[in-house]
Amino acid sequence: MTDIPSSAQSEELANKPDVKKRAVKIYTRYERFWHWSQALLIFILAFSGFNLHGSLTLVPFPLAVMVHTYAAILLLLLWLFTTFWNFTTGQWRHYLPQNKGLFAVIKFYAYGIITGAPHPYSKSLNRKQNALQSLAYLTFMVIIGPALWLSGIAYLLYGLWENIQNGQQIFTLVAFVHTAAAFAMITFVVIHVYMTTTGKTVFHYIKTMITGYEKIELTPAEEAYLEEQQPGMLKKDTQ
Amino acid sequence: MANFASKGRRPHIKALRGLVMAVSALSFVSLLSLSNIEALAASGQETLPHSPVNADAKASALQLSGKPAGGTADHSKFEILQQDFKSGPEVTKACLSCHTEAADQVQHTLHWKWETKNEATGQTLGKRTVINSFCGNVASNEPRCTSCHAGYGWEDMRQPPPSDPEAVDCLVCHADTALYKKFPTKAGHPLYEPTPWNGKIVQPPNLSMAAQSVTNPQRENCGSCHYYGGGGDGVKHGDLDSSLNHPDAALDVHMNADGLNMACTACHSGSGHQWPGSRYSTEAKPTTITNDGEETKTAKIRSLDQHAGLMEPSASCESCHSARPHDGNDIMGIKLNDHTDTVACQTCHVPEFARGGVATKTLWDWSTAGKLKDGKPYKVMDEHGHPSYMSEKGDFEYAENVQPFYSWFNGETTWTLLDDTIDPTKVVEINALGGSATDGKSRIWPFKRMHSRQPYDKANNQLVYNHVFGKDDTALWTNFDWDKSVPAAMEFIGKDFSGELGFVDTYMYWPITHMVAPKEQAVRCTECHAKEGRLDGITGIYMPGRDNFKWLDWIGYAAFGLTLLGVLIHALLRIIFRNRKTQA
Ligand code: HEM
Repeated sequence: MTDIPSSAQSEELANKPDVKKRAVKIYTRYERFWHWSQALLIFILAFSGFNLHGSLTLVPFPLAVMVHTYAAILLLLLWLFTTFWNFTTGQWRHYLPQNKGLFAVIKFYAYGIITGAPHPYSKSLNRKQNALQSLAYLTFMVIIGPALWLSGIAYLLYGLWENIQNGQQIFTLVAFVHTAAAFAMITFVVIHVYMTTTGKTVFHYIKTMITGYEKIELTPAEEAYLEEQQPGMLKKDTQ
Repeated sequence: MANFASKGRRPHIKALRGLVMAVSALSFVSLLSLSNIEALAASGQETLPHSPVNADAKASALQLSGKPAGGTADHSKFEILQQDFKSGPEVTKACLSCHTEAADQVQHTLHWKWETKNEATGQTLGKRTVINSFCGNVASNEPRCTSCHAGYGWEDMRQPPPSDPEAVDCLVCHADTALYKKFPTKAGHPLYEPTPWNGKIVQPPNLSMAAQSVTNPQRENCGSCHYYGGGGDGVKHGDLDSSLNHPDAALDVHMNADGLNMACTACHSGSGHQWPGSRYSTEAKPTTITNDGEETKTAKIRSLDQHAGLMEPSASCESCHSARPHDGNDIMGIKLNDHTDTVACQTCHVPEFARGGVATKTLWDWSTAGKLKDGKPYKVMDEHGHPSYMSEKGDFEYAENVQPFYSWFNGETTWTLLDDTIDPTKVVEINALGGSATDGKSRIWPFKRMHSRQPYDKANNQLVYNHVFGKDDTALWTNFDWDKSVPAAMEFIGKDFSGELGFVDTYMYWPITHMVAPKEQAVRCTECHAKEGRLDGITGIYMPGRDNFKWLDWIGYAAFGLTLLGVLIHALLRIIFRNRKTQA
C-alpha cells in the first residue's frame, strides 16, 4: 500500500480546522498477515519457478519443483481465504477501479514526486488506495493472479487430463501462459516494491504495513465515531 | 565363432561330489558311463540348484516363473525318461507321450516359425527373412544360425521348419543347462558323439540325465540363446547377457538371485507355449484397460485379468506396476506418475545397459573383413580383451555401462528388407522406429542403437544377403572373399545381384527393458530437465527446465530488466532533486 499525502500537503491540511490527523489502524492483523505471507510465497514461487524454468540454478530441479509445488498450494489456500475475507469484510470495494484522478496520480509519480509537487490524493478510511494503486492491484487480482493460478492449477493437475486429445499442445500452452504471467508478476513486484519507497521516508509505507497504523485525516464525525465505537482502531493520541 | 564357446567357471569340487552322490542315489547308475561325468566336468558348469541330479536339489531353489513352483511330478522318477536316448527327437517323443499338445503348441509360435506378419505395416518379419546389423541373414548359413532354433534339423530357410512333432527341442528350454547344450553348428542338435571343437574334444550330453532334469525354464535356458545373439555373450541386446544368470540387485531388481529371483517367464508369461514381449511388435504404451473397456482394478489384479482372459497377456512393467506406479500420496510420486504417459518406465529405470561386466557390441564394420596376414586370418584385441578386428567379421567396438539412445516409439518398426530400396548417402535404418510426440500411442523409449557398415548392391541400391558359414569355397569365414560370399547367398535365395558390392552405414534399434536398476539408481530429474541432457534429441514435447519459449522469454527478461532499470533511474532522479520541495 503505497500511498499517503506528502508532507507538503499535510502542512496545508493541518491548517484546515475541521479535519484532524490521527494514527488509525488501517490494516487489520489479517490484512498484514495476508500481505506479508503472500509476499514471502510469491518470492519463493518466483525464485523456485524461474529455477525450474532454467533461468536460475540456485537449487537442483527436483528441489525447485517440490518447493514450488508446496508454496503454490499454500498460496492458493491463502488466496482462497483472502477472497473470502475480502467479501465478508467488504474490503473488496477498495479495489474497485476509480478513474477519477488517475491521470493526476500518474503525473505525480512521473515527475511531480521528483520536483516536489504535492500528492494529488489523500488516504481516507473509505478509500485506502489511490486511483493508480487500485488499477494496479486490480490488474494483479484479475489478470496476473488468475492467469498464474489457473495455469498453475492446470499444470499441477496434469495427471488428470494428460490423456485428452492434443494433451501435449495444451500442456505447452499451459506452461506458456504460466511463464508469461510469471514474468508479468515479477515485473509487477519490482514496481510495487519501488513504490513503497515513495512515502514520507523510504521505509514509511513498509512500517505502516508492519504496524498497521497510518496517520490519516479524519472528519470530526469519523473521529468521534471511532473513539466511541472502535477505540482499538485509534492509536492513543499521538498528536 | 570362437567367442560362442562357454567360458564357464572351473568345475566346482563340491558340486561334483554332490552330483556323484545324487547320481548314485538314483537307480540308473548303470546308465552312467564315466564319460558322462567327464562331459559335465568339461562343460565347466555347476548343475542348477534344483536339478534332480544335485544332492541339495529343492524346488524352492527354482526361479520365480509364470507358473507357481511346487509341481506334482518329479521327472527323474519317470521310467520313460530313464532310457538311453540316442538323439534329441527321441527325448521329445518321450515328452510328448504325456505332454500331448506341447509340440503342436510350440510349432505355432515365433520361437518355431521365425516368421511373423506385422499387421500394421504388412511386412513379413522374423529371423527367417529379415536382415540385421550383426551377422546379417540366416539363409545360406543355416546349421550355424539354427543352433538357436527351438527344434532339430532346420537346414534350409527356404523351406518352413520341420513339421515332425519330434523335431521340437523340449530340452533346450526345460533341461538343466549344465546337462544339455545345442552344438553351435548342428542345426539345433546337441552332440551325439565326442567331437573336436576349437582344439578340444567335446563330449556329448547324457540325454537321459538331461531329460530327468526338466522343469520350468530358468534364466539359463532362455539365456542359452538370447544372451548370445550376434555371435557372443551380450553382443546383440546389451540388456541381455550371462551376467543375468546370477545378478545382484544393482544389476536387476527383478532377477536378483538373492531377492525376487524371477525367471524370464515371470514377466513373459503366457500360456500354450506362447509368450508376450516380441521386438517385432512392442507394446510401447501398454494399456490398463480390460477387453470389456474397464480399467483394471489394481496393479496386482492385472496379471489375474490376463490369466482370466480379460486382457491380452503382456510382458510390460504396467502388468504388475500399473500406469501410475509411484506413490500417489506424495507430491514427488504424483509428479513422477505424471511422466508415464510420455516416458516409458525403462527410460528412467534402466539408466545404462551392459552393466553386468559383459560388454556389448556397439559397432560392427563388415567392410574391413577379409584382410589376411601372411595369407592367414588374424584377430586384434582391444585393451579390454574384446576383439577389435577379426578377418572373418571386420572391425568392432564394444562397450560397457552404455547410456541408451532415446526416441519416441509407438511399438512399430518398419524394416529395411531385401527388396526395399535404400538411400546409400544416408544411414540406413534397419528397423526404423515408428511413433511421434503427437500420435497418443508413443512414449520416449531407451534403445541400444547399433551402428554397422553392411554390404549392399550398389547398382540396385538394396541390401544383400551374405554367405558366411560353411566349409565350402564361397563362405566368407572360410574364404575371406566378399566377391564369392554375397553372390552365393543371393543365388541361394534366388535374388538378383548386380555384382557391384558396396558398404552402407546402418542403424539398428534394440529396445532396452532388462537390467532394471534399484530405484535409487534411476535416472535423476536433472539428467533430462536441463539443457544438453539425456533427452536433448527428443522433439515435439515441452519439458520444463530443458525448453523455454524463445521470444516470450526474451520479452519477459526485457520487461523485467527495463522495469528494474526504469525504477533505478527514477530513484536516482529523486535523490538528485531531493532538495526541491524545501526550496519551493
Ligand atoms: C497459485 C499459484 C501457482 C501454482 C499453482 C503454480 C504451479 C506451478 C506448476 C505446477 C509448475 C510446473 C512445475 C512443477 O511441476 O512443479 C509451475 C512452474 C512455474 N511457475 Fe508456478 N505456480 C504458481 C505461482 C507461481 C508464481 C507466483 C510464479 C512467479 C512469480 C510462478 C512461476 C513459475 C515459473 C517461472 C514456472 C516454470 C514454467 C516452465 O518452465 O514451464 N508460479 N508452477
